[in-house]
Amino acid sequence: MNAIIQFASKLIRGQSAGADTVHKFHGGVHPDGQKQQSTTQPIAKLAIPEKLVLPLRQHVGYIPKIKVQVGERVLKGQMLAEAEGTLSAAIHAPTSGIVTAIADEIIPHPSGLPDMCITLTPDGQDEWTTLRPVDWRNTDKKTLVANLRSSGIVGLGGATFPTHIKVRADGKSSIHTLVINAAECEPYITCDDMLMRERADEIVKGMEIVKFLLGAENCIVGIEDNKPEATAAMAAACKALPDTSVKVVPTLYPSGDARRLIHLVLGMEIPHDKRSTDVGVQVFNVATVLAIYRYFTYGEPAVDRIVTITGSVNSPQNFEVLFGTPLQTLIDAAGGTKAGTTHFIMGGPMMGFDLPTINVPITKAANCIIAATPDLFAPPPPAMPCIRCARCADACPVNLQPQELYWFSKSDDFEKARDYNLFDCIECGCCTYVCPSNIPLVQYYRYAKSEIIAADKAKEAADLARERNEFRLARIEREKLERAQKHAERAASGKTEGTKTEETKAAPAKTATEKPAADTAPDDAKKAAIAAAIERAKALKAAAAQTGDAQNKSETVSADAPDTSDKPALTEDEQAKAEQAKKDKQALIAAAIERAKAQKLAAAQAGITPRNVEDASPAVQAEISEIDAMREKAKQAVKVQGSDSEP
Amino acid sequence: MNRSPYITNAPTVSIIMLKVLLALVPGIFAYAWIYGGGILVTISLATITALVSEAALLKLRQRPIRPYLSDLSAVVTAWLLALALPPLAPWWLVVVGTFFAIVIAKQLYGGLGYNPFNPAMVGYAVLLISFPIIMTKWPAPLILAQTKLGFMDQLQFIFSNTLPANVKIDAVTSATPLDYLKTQLMLKHEVYGITQAPIFGVWGAKGGEFVTGAYLLGGLYLLQQRIISWHLPTAFLTALAAISLAFYAVNPAHFANPLFHLMSGASMLCAFFIITDPISGPTTPRGKLYFAAGVAILTYLIRVYGGYPDGVAFAVLLMNMCVPLIDAHTQPRVFGHTKN
Repeated sequence: MNAIIQFASKLIRGQSAGADTVHKFHGGVHPDGQKQQSTTQPIAKLAIPEKLVLPLRQHVGYIPKIKVQVGERVLKGQMLAEAEGTLSAAIHAPTSGIVTAIADEIIPHPSGLPDMCITLTPDGQDEWTTLRPVDWRNTDKKTLVANLRSSGIVGLGGATFPTHIKVRADGKSSIHTLVINAAECEPYITCDDMLMRERADEIVKGMEIVKFLLGAENCIVGIEDNKPEATAAMAAACKALPDTSVKVVPTLYPSGDARRLIHLVLGMEIPHDKRSTDVGVQVFNVATVLAIYRYFTYGEPAVDRIVTITGSVNSPQNFEVLFGTPLQTLIDAAGGTKAGTTHFIMGGPMMGFDLPTINVPITKAANCIIAATPDLFAPPPPAMPCIRCARCADACPVNLQPQELYWFSKSDDFEKARDYNLFDCIECGCCTYVCPSNIPLVQYYRYAKSEIIAADKAKEAADLARERNEFRLARIEREKLERAQKHAERAASGKTEGTKTEETKAAPAKTATEKPAADTAPDDAKKAAIAAAIERAKALKAAAAQTGDAQNKSETVSADAPDTSDKPALTEDEQAKAEQAKKDKQALIAAAIERAKAQKLAAAQAGITPRNVEDASPAVQAEISEIDAMREKAKQAVKVQGSDSEP
Repeated sequence: MNRSPYITNAPTVSIIMLKVLLALVPGIFAYAWIYGGGILVTISLATITALVSEAALLKLRQRPIRPYLSDLSAVVTAWLLALALPPLAPWWLVVVGTFFAIVIAKQLYGGLGYNPFNPAMVGYAVLLISFPIIMTKWPAPLILAQTKLGFMDQLQFIFSNTLPANVKIDAVTSATPLDYLKTQLMLKHEVYGITQAPIFGVWGAKGGEFVTGAYLLGGLYLLQQRIISWHLPTAFLTALAAISLAFYAVNPAHFANPLFHLMSGASMLCAFFIITDPISGPTTPRGKLYFAAGVAILTYLIRVYGGYPDGVAFAVLLMNMCVPLIDAHTQPRVFGHTKN
């Protein structure tokens, strides 16, 4: 049945079902490329600006540790911050100069929040530190990978994943194929295209190094067919190499997504719960392999990158930009903005984001800056209801049902959304691109994902807390029994012979009325009050135990991710905490009361009055006084409740 | 704030609906040519009723009126219902049916995007059950009618139910082929003999087959424009042909041939315009195939064994009920997953 459908589908779409070497993925869209504007000029080197602002957070992972102080002179390529932990990347001085500040600055991030940055004032001499090239062919791989850890190189396609992790041999998997991602499927971006046109030889040398590091047998470069010049350059550079080939893939967004590209060039579908390395494939961006080549051959760490500046600027072009360069410098180099420019987008128009301000530096993630005008990127018209047309499903490269995910996300039915594989969504934006009702679908998915992640985290924390609490209660119970036993033993040895310690164990189950009655009326009232308090405590405890799970669940749901929700997350969280604390306290009180009861009974059976506690330890005495205070409180409560509640 | 993607390239809901209306135009022309200009009056009446009742309900529900009226979905419902009604249907029938379709079947369920049933078919079913005689009394095509009514005569009939003095009602009406076939088969006549009657054309109803052909033309336009997916019409027509072929092969004397079923009644209108309503239909590709095939089979069974001459409306409504089930069980395999 499915085979028939697929065949019919291909027939209708005019696709050949033949043995083409490119394996198409489902869906995808054809946005207007807009690449020609920025490819008319070669890559230009941007002059050293007056100030460089280097955010510590330019990569995925931990923030590196600062190695310099304000006022220190640093040389070009000198490490300013060292990779901290495994998943982290170093920061190097892009030029020589003086560290003038280490403080919070606005960084290019969708949140628009400031983060720690090192500010460097260049001295204009551009003096390199001592560089140590490595003869990679004759060096141990482990040493090379360790070296790479201090190179500061991260994935330059935009993902900024520390590169040394990707070449690390984990002993589990062996990589057979290296795929070079040169698809550059997002509109407007041309930095990889220009890099391949101009520096194909260096890229190919970098490919050799990565291939060596991974121990891969084959290497395939995947390029979209809208880059004939780059394809020709790469093919020429690869010609001499065995097991290396250039594969042209049709221009179809998002062919640059790693899993899509692997499918395109190899016909492999990476299982959703596995990484590509689990099936022997690793993907590197062209600019990243070039950076690796420069690092090993010349010893140069990551200090610059190619950035496309395009959109509403007078002369769109690609520039080689030092990290930390102010965006304004780049815009000036591109001839300034045209009239009507409202803001700047970092990345492409499909997956990029609005820069919070123009006062941000260029970072390792900045592959493209687009000056935006309302003409270029019209604000979307108001969203209409979903008409279930399923165009989004036709466009989804993951073959999800975006309309279903939308309904579930909209109605906060997160479990259902997860069931429908929300976490396979790559947020490529194809669904929004084709939606006739202009529904911001991707935003709904981002919201749902963050809610689910937050809920999972909260649930984990709650589970841990409950486990801890259960353990604590068990310990208290155990200690109580031990103590009661000790008391009884002591009493038995001191006074009566017939008392059995087993009875003390059964004591908490008995009610106050079963206790040996005291004669005086005030004592009766007191006991009744205590009994009432115990009953209340027990009921509360039972209720708490029953609602425990539900409570935890509701807690986790109400806990919000800070960046997506406008709900008062903190107060709700605090409320939940306060409730938990209250419950804990109630449990404590109940336990204490039970302890007291056991003690009293043991004492009564032993024939001593509970007041005679001079020989008890200070801790026990404190406990007794605490219980007394509670008794007083309980009495007060009974009094306040008045006669109507009393029989 | 991350609000990407910044670019979109999609026809708006209004454009989609407008193209559906455009695709209906050949059918309307053929209709007017075969049955007279009265259909234009019916369509106008339905359109006005739809827009007025939609606006009133939007106001009652405190929704913005302009964007929802200009999405044209109410107009599409009105046109489909008008084309499904018998020509020369009295004005109040059109108004009641359209009102029911828009108010009860659409707006009271939440408006655009939320109606589980096809509004036009709900309106049609309500009228068919409530006024069966009027709903099954079709005027003869002009080429067959003993007396040809002019446009003004038709207008007068629609609004006051009166014919010119010298014309009797039997002179302008005739049974539809589906109806005639059913009653004649009950009288133990054979299909071959029955279809020699003048109301039968080459493939379907004489005259009516041109309207059906025009619907097919419009449907192909919608396919070409990617307004509708190929799954629905293909599965519907294939399933209808298959089931009628099966019956026909067993007993050609008692069952009409597949071509007759494809070209009669509301088959083409259903295949390209009614089951392709995305809101009340399934969303998965496989689900669309099951849904359309289900409509086709039910349509055939109602035609052959049911009490009504054509079964499209009930078949569509019955299958609308199955949509959530169909969707849930036809989820396609997600990239990187082995099986759902």
